[in-house]
Amino acid sequence: MAGDTVIRAEALTKRYGANLAVDHVDFAVAAGEIVGILGPNGSGKTTTILMLLGLTEPTSGRAMVAGFDPLRDPLEVKRRVGYLPDQVGFYENMSARDNLAYTARLAGLTRREIDERFVAALDRVGLGHVGHSRVTTYSQGMRQRLGLAEILMKRPSVAVLDEPTTALDPHSTMEFLDMIRGLKADGTAVLLSSHHLDQVQSVCDRVALFNRGKLALSGTVTELAGRVLGGGYVIDVEAHGASVPELLAAIPGVVRVQPLGGDRYRVDGQHDLRADIARRLAGAVELTGIYFAAPSLNEVYARYFAEARDAVQ
Amino acid sequence: MRSSNPEAASRHGSPWTGLGTVVAKETADHLSSARMRILEALVFLTAIAAAYAAIRSIRATIGESPFLFLRLLTMAQDPLPSFISLLGFLIPLVAIALAFDSINGEFNRRTLSRVLAQPIYRDALLLGKFLAGLLSLTIGLTALWLLVIGLGLLLLGLPPSTEEMVRMLGFLVATIAYGGVWLALALLFSVLFRAPATAALAALGTWLVSSLFWSFITDILAALIAGPAEGVLGPRLQYIYTSQFIDRLSPNTLYAETALALLQPSTRALGPVLISQLQGAVLGSPLPVMQSFVLIWPQLTGLVATTILIFAIAYVIFQRQEIRA
Repeated sequence: MAGDTVIRAEALTKRYGANLAVDHVDFAVAAGEIVGILGPNGSGKTTTILMLLGLTEPTSGRAMVAGFDPLRDPLEVKRRVGYLPDQVGFYENMSARDNLAYTARLAGLTRREIDERFVAALDRVGLGHVGHSRVTTYSQGMRQRLGLAEILMKRPSVAVLDEPTTALDPHSTMEFLDMIRGLKADGTAVLLSSHHLDQVQSVCDRVALFNRGKLALSGTVTELAGRVLGGGYVIDVEAHGASVPELLAAIPGVVRVQPLGGDRYRVDGQHDLRADIARRLAGAVELTGIYFAAPSLNEVYARYFAEARDAVQ
Repeated sequence: MRSSNPEAASRHGSPWTGLGTVVAKETADHLSSARMRILEALVFLTAIAAAYAAIRSIRATIGESPFLFLRLLTMAQDPLPSFISLLGFLIPLVAIALAFDSINGEFNRRTLSRVLAQPIYRDALLLGKFLAGLLSLTIGLTALWLLVIGLGLLLLGLPPSTEEMVRMLGFLVATIAYGGVWLALALLFSVLFRAPATAALAALGTWLVSSLFWSFITDILAALIAGPAEGVLGPRLQYIYTSQFIDRLSPNTLYAETALALLQPSTRALGPVLISQLQGAVLGSPLPVMQSFVLIWPQLTGLVATTILIFAIAYVIFQRQEIRA
């Protein structure tokens, strides 16, 4: 982890009657770290976020956010946490400035602080030129940016972003992901809940995978790949010859060989096998390239839930 | 939803943190909204018309009453009803319009979780919305009250006496308390129903029952509980008391009785009066203002208590709701 722990959950549990929404979840997030929260709908992601924010009370367990217990000190937690909910809403009849000023006043900022931070926050999310327009004229993408500006105004220790890029076009998504990286650069810990696995993989330092209310897996994508795919190191090989798959499969540490079409193969290995592959294929076949490829979170996710389904059946 | 976690009972920080900010924002919203302007225009026009019609009638009989300004509010002139009758009818409408989408509107705009993610408790949001509605209502009613007094001064050419001012102030407070009941009810429905149209319909339905059908309901229930209205020797006291008790469950009745006692000083009782109680009374003579306040005190506290009770129910339900929008 990058620094001091700003979020710690211990056996966090939430029960709605007979339904166990979150089941003894343990995890920690460090300052300046971006952690992706993944899982299918109803897996307990949002309930966990709401408990960390102090918006709903855990049935049992404990959490500490920015040094405070959300159950006992929800106001102190909320002062230090910025939250961007899924499809954020604003008061349509008010300007962006008035919307942000309202929540900033609720957050305890003085008029002077609001004036100082407002321009900088809007400029940073690219809305400086429309700050005084009514929100009703904003597109969904602009609203998401405005939500991020609200977080920036608060200068929080922790930012919780729930499906922030759902309604964004590809270009806006790229820009938004850069803004999230900017939060990390400020030292803010970011919890990012999303179904867009490629985006999560591109910005997150670690990933927490939820399933049926439990934290099923947690770690870097490489670590998860190691546990789910049996490897964790993905190497793409370009080689011509009939026996390439067999030669690759015989190398110690190779977990799987997957033909990608033509003379291309993907090798899942337990460690970095590029040197072993080069030694084994050289002379035996015509080797034209070896590339180190990051393991795909999509693949990890798909494999994990396929196996989880099989286990249930 | 509230859990049974015992540690939640010892949460730190004031529940009223952010209350002032919520009240200021909501009041500004109310006072600048097109909905409120239309309703205020409706109330102002009808009330001023009623007061103006009453003034014309009073000028013809100017020497008959020492309480001319009070007659301004109570006198009806065909085809318009009296000023207080109009207020009794229209204030619930205004109060309902102020609050029927208070909480469900936040849900539907998806602003609730964003607001509650700021360092405030739900207590401050709910109370802030109620107080903002009450403040907006108070501003509108006070302006109307001053306008009617100004109109009276202008057209009657006489200033109101101190006693009239005290009675009219008491009436203003009672009207605000009456509006508070409907405001709290609309707020409750806005917590209960996620669709604002359903909340508005439920509140308007309650208002219709209370203002139009309550007397029928009172008659039926009183007859069921206390037996027939008439006995062999005339009206039965048990029926009258039962009927009065049920009738006073409606805020309209409490408000009407308060207005009657305050604005018609000759009112000496608000229930059945026995012949034996009239011994020594000078019929038709006005009651001292303090005695009128003593007379309406139960009604006034009843209106305030009803408001608090309805608000408390809304508070408990809101505290137990899941915030996901």
